[in-house]
Amino acid sequence: MKATTDASASHDEPVVVLPPSAPLTASARGTGERLIEALLTSCGLLSLAMTAGLILTLLAETIAFFDDVSPGAFFGGFEWAPRLAHQQFGVWPLVTGTLLTTAVAMAIAIPAGLLAAIYLGEFASVTTRRWLKPALQVLAGVPTIVFGYFALVVVTPALQTVMANLSGFNALSAGGVIGIMLIPMIFSLSADAISAVPADLREGALALGADRLTTIFRVLLPAASRGIGASILLALGRALGETMIVAIAAGHQARLTADPTVPIETMTGYMLQVASSGVRAETVEYRTIFAVGALLFAFTLVMNVLAYRLQRRLRQEAVA
Amino acid sequence: MTIRRRRRREEAFRALCWVAVYLPLALLALLLAHALVEGLPRLGSAFVSDFPSASPERAGILPAIAGSLYVLSLAGVIAVPLGVGAAIYLEEYAPARWSHLVEMNLAQLAGLPSVLYGLLGLGVFVHVMGMGTTAISGALTLAMLVLPLVITTTREALRDVPGASREAALALGATRWETVRQVVLPVAWPRITTGVVQALARALGETAPLIMVGALAYVSFLPDGMSSPYTVLPVQIFHWVTRDGFVPNAAAGVLVLLSATLALNVLAVLLRQRLERVEAERQEVLP
Amino acid sequence: MRRRFFFVSCLALTGLSLANSGCGTARGADASEVVAIDGSSTVAPLLEAAAESFGARQRARITLNISGTTGGFAKLCRGEANVIGASRPLLETEMDDCKRRGVEVIELPIAVDGITVAVHASNDWVDALSLPELRKLWSAEATGTIRTWRDLRPSFPDREIHLFATGGMESGTYRTFVDRVLDGGGSRSDFTRSENDHLLVEGVARDRDALGIFGFSYYAQHSEQLRAVPIIASGGAVPVRPSPETIASGDYRPLSRPLFLYVNRASADLPPVKAFVQHVLEHAPALVTGANSVALPPAAYPLVRQRFEQRRTGSLFTSLAPAGTRILQVLEGDDRRQR
Repeated sequence: MKATTDASASHDEPVVVLPPSAPLTASARGTGERLIEALLTSCGLLSLAMTAGLILTLLAETIAFFDDVSPGAFFGGFEWAPRLAHQQFGVWPLVTGTLLTTAVAMAIAIPAGLLAAIYLGEFASVTTRRWLKPALQVLAGVPTIVFGYFALVVVTPALQTVMANLSGFNALSAGGVIGIMLIPMIFSLSADAISAVPADLREGALALGADRLTTIFRVLLPAASRGIGASILLALGRALGETMIVAIAAGHQARLTADPTVPIETMTGYMLQVASSGVRAETVEYRTIFAVGALLFAFTLVMNVLAYRLQRRLRQEAVA
Repeated sequence: MTIRRRRRREEAFRALCWVAVYLPLALLALLLAHALVEGLPRLGSAFVSDFPSASPERAGILPAIAGSLYVLSLAGVIAVPLGVGAAIYLEEYAPARWSHLVEMNLAQLAGLPSVLYGLLGLGVFVHVMGMGTTAISGALTLAMLVLPLVITTTREALRDVPGASREAALALGATRWETVRQVVLPVAWPRITTGVVQALARALGETAPLIMVGALAYVSFLPDGMSSPYTVLPVQIFHWVTRDGFVPNAAAGVLVLLSATLALNVLAVLLRQRLERVEAERQEVLP
Repeated sequence: MRRRFFFVSCLALTGLSLANSGCGTARGADASEVVAIDGSSTVAPLLEAAAESFGARQRARITLNISGTTGGFAKLCRGEANVIGASRPLLETEMDDCKRRGVEVIELPIAVDGITVAVHASNDWVDALSLPELRKLWSAEATGTIRTWRDLRPSFPDREIHLFATGGMESGTYRTFVDRVLDGGGSRSDFTRSENDHLLVEGVARDRDALGIFGFSYYAQHSEQLRAVPIIASGGAVPVRPSPETIASGDYRPLSRPLFLYVNRASADLPPVKAFVQHVLEHAPALVTGANSVALPPAAYPLVRQRFEQRRTGSLFTSLAPAGTRILQVLEGDDRRQR
């Protein structure tokens, strides 16, 4: 005897659980009710408060930061050394470091995730289909510190046997492991998008004589492109914001380079290092964390908003 | 193109897809194998009950485990009522306009890098509110991190309760809160619990935010209050990983962390099954 | 009914786990009950060993954090730490800052250390480095210009050089290095920076082309994977490798320097802090050598103990303690003055 799910199921009558009789006077009900409503309303506004708090904190410290350091030095400088005697505040080395690891990560996650999703949709047997998604979800549940361990202790030494010039800290191992970590994200969302493609599209293509590959690449993927795009954007946001893997394996040397075999420093790695060093509040060094954080926030916000918009449009189309 | 060529292309592509599927799984297996080989010898009753040490053989993980338990409990106590309350408000009380705005907001918060939560915690809890690098700062930071997850899963659980039940209760004269409490929550409760436990499992593995609000590398005692210095499991692993000679300790820590995360996720599923059965029985009792 | 039970038991569990959360003071790590140790990463191994052996004898609540020497001084003066390790003496500005907050510090020389220039064990081309070469490698102008080993010395291979150091104004090691080698000028900025010397060691140990600067104890603990570069102190001098003997005698120049403990004068009267410092001073020679640092001459430690017992505040060393400072002589001089 469970509550049914659908009022349109004509032959089932919805079963309702009656509240036990609770004799409350009308006034007690009223005030109690209003109190609870007020409580719940304040809870509800909490998430907005959190976002507001985050933005305010970032803004306040960043504005204070730009009192000491000109935006020109920050956005126009190419050397990042806020803690040396001769302080430099050009943020680009951190940005390129982040972009480098992200690029490596995406280069692994996007092909692998997409191919896996296609496999699930097109080639997998029924039994495989049942365990594949949960299995890759396990990968998604592994904490990033474990991946960081993996990158430093396993991946880097392994890569060093084939690439003799690889530094102990480098963007390749870190980015590679981030990519592996993101495969489930792209995989599951793309697989959903692919399976949502109406069957008649696929069958129509086959009927017209297209082989499997052509169907996949000319019909399926384009039809699922919005969902795939959303998954890529979300993964991109995650990669940009990844901290532990890069803090452990990518290095702490802020430099402008496109070479993935040398130590670099990402925005997140820098933030972690300085925050954990007990730097004093209200100093320029302290505020650099917030300035860099604000930049990171801007990046991920853009990614997430775009992804959200794409997903919402998808959901609306699905309903229609 | 001949059919044979097409077939071969397709076979090649299929093989490529196969690799894409099994390579990450193989790498995951490699990770586990490595952690087991390195960490299992170190793992033992001594490891779990020892304090940190300068010598790898004697360094243990007890304060980290205690710290994780403590900070997670605190974070749960803070985040669950707030999160469930928020979800109830959004689902049952709020006008649709609000709901949409908040939903977008939640999506943004959920996709925020955890390091920014650490930044918020550092700026607000540690410095502005003066709580310092103590357990309560860590717990509040984790609570913020976990809140969007709790709200989202609770909302989904509430949404799954059929509207007919609500309407019937209201038609019979129940107030909104009575409806929620007696009709909606009992049905949604198992899934809410699952969501909470899963959110806590996620919080267990969070490292960066806690490092930023002051989880230590070396504590020689168990946390003894909200204003106590502390460390947590992933932070302890972090400090060992970056230290030569401590790799077996880090590996053993990884094993403990993975087991705990797995246990929590299994608990979540089991709880849900149990609670759903309890609820079904309860409904059978009534005529 | 069962659900209520479940509810109650959940609450009980969380209640139990919060049972200890008492009326602890709201402000940060209450330094009055905890021995809060902070400061230099060079001194950290010693303090860690001390904390462990101390904790083995009596129940102690000790926290150890590494904020660097400068950060350590700041925390000491703000009351967030009781005992700090320092790889350089207190600066006058820092002492004034402390005084302004009503904090006095007790300076306790504890060991000697040699800043070690370390390379990967398989690095077979660096025989020794002279001071001018070190200067060439690390000066501010080297940023982006001295990029390969060959840029440093033409006979070296044409391989990229990867640098690791505890850089930054919060590191006593960095400040001392800059003072002794670069005459106080700025250093280059393109190297791997970390306060965590373990990370630096790890970086050098995994990289054939690496060169790192950190305290001797970190090198000594990993001497199989690293090689210490002998330093030629002045034109025509013999290259000197850092070792306990050369550091103790001061032959390893100019990179030998004293290591200190600084104790907050007010905290020194707190039982746990007092006991801890006494423990360190009593077992100093063993603890220091155990941590792979270099001990002071045996006659020095009783004098240091006396400084602590008498709670003598103020610093005996000029800022950054010039190379060759004879710690024993300084202590004896101070002792004579006190009589």
